[in-house]
Amino acid sequence: MNVWQKLKKDKMALLSLGIIVSIVFIGIFAPFLAPHDPLAANIKIKFAKVSLSYPFGTDQLGRCILSRLIYGIQTTVFLSIVTMLLTITIGVLLGLMAGYLRGIVGEGILRLCDVLLSFPSEIMILAIVGMLGPGIGNVVMANVASKWAWYTRMIRSLVLEYSDENYIRFAKVAGYSKRYILCKHLFPTILGKVLVLATLDTGWVILNISALSFLGLGVQAPTPEWGMMLNEAKNIMTIRPSLMLAPGLAILIVVAACNFLGDSLRDALDPKHNQIKGMKL
Amino acid sequence: MGFGRNCDDMQRGAFMRNYMIKRILWILPMLVGISFFAFVLITLSPGDPAEVALRVNEIVPTPEAIALMREQLGLDKPFFTRYVEWLLAVVQGDFGNSYVNNKSVFQEFIMALPATLYLSAVALIFIIFISVPIGVLCAVYEGSMGDIFVRVFIFLATAMPGFWVGLLLIWLFSVQLGLFPTSGMQAANSVVLPAFTLALTYIATYIRLIRNNMIENKQENYVTYAKARGLKESIIYRHIFKNSLNEVLTALGMSIPKLIAGSVIVENIFAWPGVGRLCVSAIFNRDFPIIQAYVLMMAVLFVICNLIVDILSASLDPRISQDG
Repeated sequence: MNVWQKLKKDKMALLSLGIIVSIVFIGIFAPFLAPHDPLAANIKIKFAKVSLSYPFGTDQLGRCILSRLIYGIQTTVFLSIVTMLLTITIGVLLGLMAGYLRGIVGEGILRLCDVLLSFPSEIMILAIVGMLGPGIGNVVMANVASKWAWYTRMIRSLVLEYSDENYIRFAKVAGYSKRYILCKHLFPTILGKVLVLATLDTGWVILNISALSFLGLGVQAPTPEWGMMLNEAKNIMTIRPSLMLAPGLAILIVVAACNFLGDSLRDALDPKHNQIKGMKL
Repeated sequence: MGFGRNCDDMQRGAFMRNYMIKRILWILPMLVGISFFAFVLITLSPGDPAEVALRVNEIVPTPEAIALMREQLGLDKPFFTRYVEWLLAVVQGDFGNSYVNNKSVFQEFIMALPATLYLSAVALIFIIFISVPIGVLCAVYEGSMGDIFVRVFIFLATAMPGFWVGLLLIWLFSVQLGLFPTSGMQAANSVVLPAFTLALTYIATYIRLIRNNMIENKQENYVTYAKARGLKESIIYRHIFKNSLNEVLTALGMSIPKLIAGSVIVENIFAWPGVGRLCVSAIFNRDFPIIQAYVLMMAVLFVICNLIVDILSASLDPRISQDG
């Protein structure tokens, strides 16, 4: 495919893709790869130095930091991916509906989006977590709720844009049903664009989920999560500042990889878009 | 020529007036929508608010006590009556009382607001005074080592979690170097670290925006013409800078409410006694009136800033108002 060929030339994009794929892989096989149980506390070896059996040392409760980082992928990264998948699913369904079934349904969806979009996402997330109470499920829901309206609007405008393309017109004239055109023509075209935006937004969601967990509103202890680990490291900053490094770097690397891959994908899909605007390295 | 220009000005004035009236009228339904959302949100929350109010005060929630509390909180009335009553009270600055300490929510909010505004204002100053010169320099010396270094910094800054940056700054400047206090706002210089943490992502965004806008402007015809006239480089760059400023100002206007709303995390790291910290502790305490007040006030702030920016950019750029 054309996009893939362009992407293959972009070394940094390939590196980013490699980082994301391997992190997902490590997360899936965490039980086999983690050297220790991430929850097993052993106060006798707290703050252990870097060693063969504890490659990153141990934390204030004597838990293996590397294992907690690896299991943290399952919460931080996987929950962010779940959040994005939920957002896209809702956005694609409602966006296709709003774009293709004009009339009361489309108009209604659009107006609802307008009202929701007048709320800044930060406030929306706090409002929903405030309403449902702290907890990671609620944080995921809040993130989906703050983002779906934007995706719905964007997918709707993509539908409108592509509906005027000749091949869609041809399909209409040829007498294909609306459903057939939606599923066979519009959906695959739009999905590509949406995936690009979703890659970019995954980084944003990771930052959000870890920030809320850092505040104590998301994942609850002792579940390993990167933001939560930073929260624990904060309290012992004067004794053992090095504990702040690993989880922070982990977030930085994953988010940077997502951002970079998203930018490269956008360039590959739409080269006109960023000749100057997209300021890549 | 004079006549033509007058006519244009008059037309533009009429467009502007219509646009402003339309834009200001649109605020009303939006405010009603926002207030309704803030109200519904708390009504929908799982658990009976009366029971929550009793529990946080460590009163055993017997059916009688709940019934009494429901009456006290006005929860026994129909939904829309409650909404209208609540809205009328809110317009007069009465958000009810905190479930936890029974103090007036409005009072608590107003007490905490100056700290947040102060923090955001200092952050805004950081943003302007750091990103404008760096952005301009990057555009002037495009492709130089400095430019590349700044681009790497921008890339990292947008991927770094703000709370991590805050922690690292505390560790370096407070714990190691002892230059700034770790938390609170007692000392005069305690605002520096939280404001910088808050500003960092915006600094990155604005350096990028200014740099790219100026580089784009460099390719415009007026620059070629100015070069052909033999104008000095510094004067040409002054023109380019002025022409790039419009978009930056619009974005900056929209960033102000985001800064105030985004201070939640920073306030919690640095124990800054502002509204963000108030809201997070209210979430832990299930103190709904405070959450409600916070959500409503922030959304209203957002809408008002939006309005001001729209009107300002419409008066600077007539094309916007003519589209309706």
